[in-house]
Amino acid sequence: MKHTARTLCAFAFAIALAAPAWAQNQDVGEPLAEGGEVEALTIAGEELEDEGPLRGTVTATSDWQDLGIAIPSFATDRDQPTPANADGTAALGREIARVITGNLRNNGLFKPSGPDRLPKPSFAQITDPSWSSWSGRGAEMLVHGYVRARSDNRIVVGCYLYDVALQDELIREGYVVRPADWRRAAHKCSDLIYARLTGEDPFFDSRIAYIAETGPKDRRVKRLAVMDSDGANHRFITLGSATALTPRYSPDYSKILYLSYVDGNPRIYVYDIGSGEQTLVTENRNPTLAPRWSPDGKTILYSMAVAGNTDIYRVSVKGGRSARLTSTPGIDIGGSYSPDGSKIVFESDRSGTQQCYVMDADGDNQRRITFFGGRCATPEWSPRGDQIAFTRIAGDFNVAVMTPSGRGLKVLTSGWQDEAPTWAPNGRIIQFFRTTRNSGRSSLWQVDLTGRNERRLPTPVDASDPAWGPIRP
Amino acid sequence: MNKPAKIALLLAVVSATVACSKEAPQELPPEPVNTSRPAAAPTPPPPPRPTGPMPGTQAHFAGAVGNSTTVYFDTDRFNIDSADAASLQAQAQYFAQYPAVTFTIEGHCDERGTREYNLALGERRANAAKNYLVSLGIAASRITTVSFGKERPVALASSQSAWAQNRRAASVVIN
Repeated sequence: MKHTARTLCAFAFAIALAAPAWAQNQDVGEPLAEGGEVEALTIAGEELEDEGPLRGTVTATSDWQDLGIAIPSFATDRDQPTPANADGTAALGREIARVITGNLRNNGLFKPSGPDRLPKPSFAQITDPSWSSWSGRGAEMLVHGYVRARSDNRIVVGCYLYDVALQDELIREGYVVRPADWRRAAHKCSDLIYARLTGEDPFFDSRIAYIAETGPKDRRVKRLAVMDSDGANHRFITLGSATALTPRYSPDYSKILYLSYVDGNPRIYVYDIGSGEQTLVTENRNPTLAPRWSPDGKTILYSMAVAGNTDIYRVSVKGGRSARLTSTPGIDIGGSYSPDGSKIVFESDRSGTQQCYVMDADGDNQRRITFFGGRCATPEWSPRGDQIAFTRIAGDFNVAVMTPSGRGLKVLTSGWQDEAPTWAPNGRIIQFFRTTRNSGRSSLWQVDLTGRNERRLPTPVDASDPAWGPIRP
Repeated sequence: MNKPAKIALLLAVVSATVACSKEAPQELPPEPVNTSRPAAAPTPPPPPRPTGPMPGTQAHFAGAVGNSTTVYFDTDRFNIDSADAASLQAQAQYFAQYPAVTFTIEGHCDERGTREYNLALGERRANAAKNYLVSLGIAASRITTVSFGKERPVALASSQSAWAQNRRAASVVIN
């Protein structure tokens, strides 16, 4: 009965939205089939002493890189067919180990060796490693795991981290996932290993929204797209008939804010991932730009040009009146909340050039924080709160970080145009897009806070405007 | 991009072609008449009335004002300099002569600015051109503005001269 009432209500709502939705949705594709959850599973075994992460001994990134980790195939109790892998659960176990190895290797973390070069442990050895066969391989750490196809069609993945020298278990965790979400179990296991060995927060089980680019420089087709943090599960959301720009995932991954020219003008839409519908962030004839979420997902920041002058506004995600936060004659645009939601760092050219400013969340106490020469654009507050990443314009564009007070400038990249940094959920890695001189081709890159570990992210076509979402629940 | 905007863009490209090749030989044979787009042919349409494009089309506007359909800006600036003023005066004359014509001013930037800032800067440039035309007596209600930031360059190199061509506000007649 309750269910029926809810269905009717949803139906009425759909009708009410139908008219405007038709025109607004003409550039969006079919909704994504998402929403699978990872259920944590307590794995029975000896009680572990929680000694905390190895932060005391592993303090610098360079030290992590020397830590050898063996990641052999995950074992299975019984090789069974599974929708997650055409060759069954044993093959799935090897794939999971490959994903974990790729995660660690691609991010310059540790010295992982993967399942293709290692012996295959049996199911019984997962909780009782054959130490003698691992001690001579130059790996200080050993990852074991298992895959089990459950009768309810879900998959159980167990993940164990061992210290080879101590011959001791450091941590273990289990995950129950839909077959379609098997990679998430591999990401959760990667996160467990990373967090245990470095003391940092996890980041692998997260997604990235970005703009996929194709076509010649003067007629670029720009589509909204999403993918996992390792580039897997790639999906296009918009069809490309309208230019899409500057997406931002909502903190709960249910929506994406982005700019679209679908009605011929630049306007911000809220795209609902479940329904595939989108709505204007504010009913208004003025162009709206540079959308951002508050950390709690309840407030949307946007910038709006009125008679040519752009200022920053704030509106509840439920709609209603917008509050204007800036009112200078210059361009005030963008904005990024501090993790506690109390402050906003934004960009303004009120001094004559683009510089970064901080204000309270209600717009009070606006003050410039960048005074180091060059310009400051697209500031993004780290999820840890301790740094602000931004596009530093000093001839070329480069990604740089500074403290929230504008000190400790550190330039991390050296491309011709490196633009629009976005933080990993743990505030330790930054993604950005790099544009190539003359050709205008763009690609996604990431760099860690040392600036040493830089790599290009694989995308099916050219890519820009990455927006890294938080860790998934 | 919606259809009118797409057509407008096409027309803008055509008009730019016209402007750059105004010395094109007039004795070329006329284009075949199988095209239905009135503005597509840079040469005058075929007989019976070889009087050029119809008023109210981008081709007619471009034919009347020449290179003045577009004004150009210095890096990061949006002020109307004397060259821009002359172009906008030519535009104002045209729009005063054809009071039924409505048009869009497209603001653009070069690639040497960040994407979001350039969207705002393009909006500023389009509005600067609009305000100047309004000051010359053109009704604001006839003018719409749209910014494309750095998303739609006309010159494709990464050079000073290309950037100078891309920092622009282009007036495009709405058909």
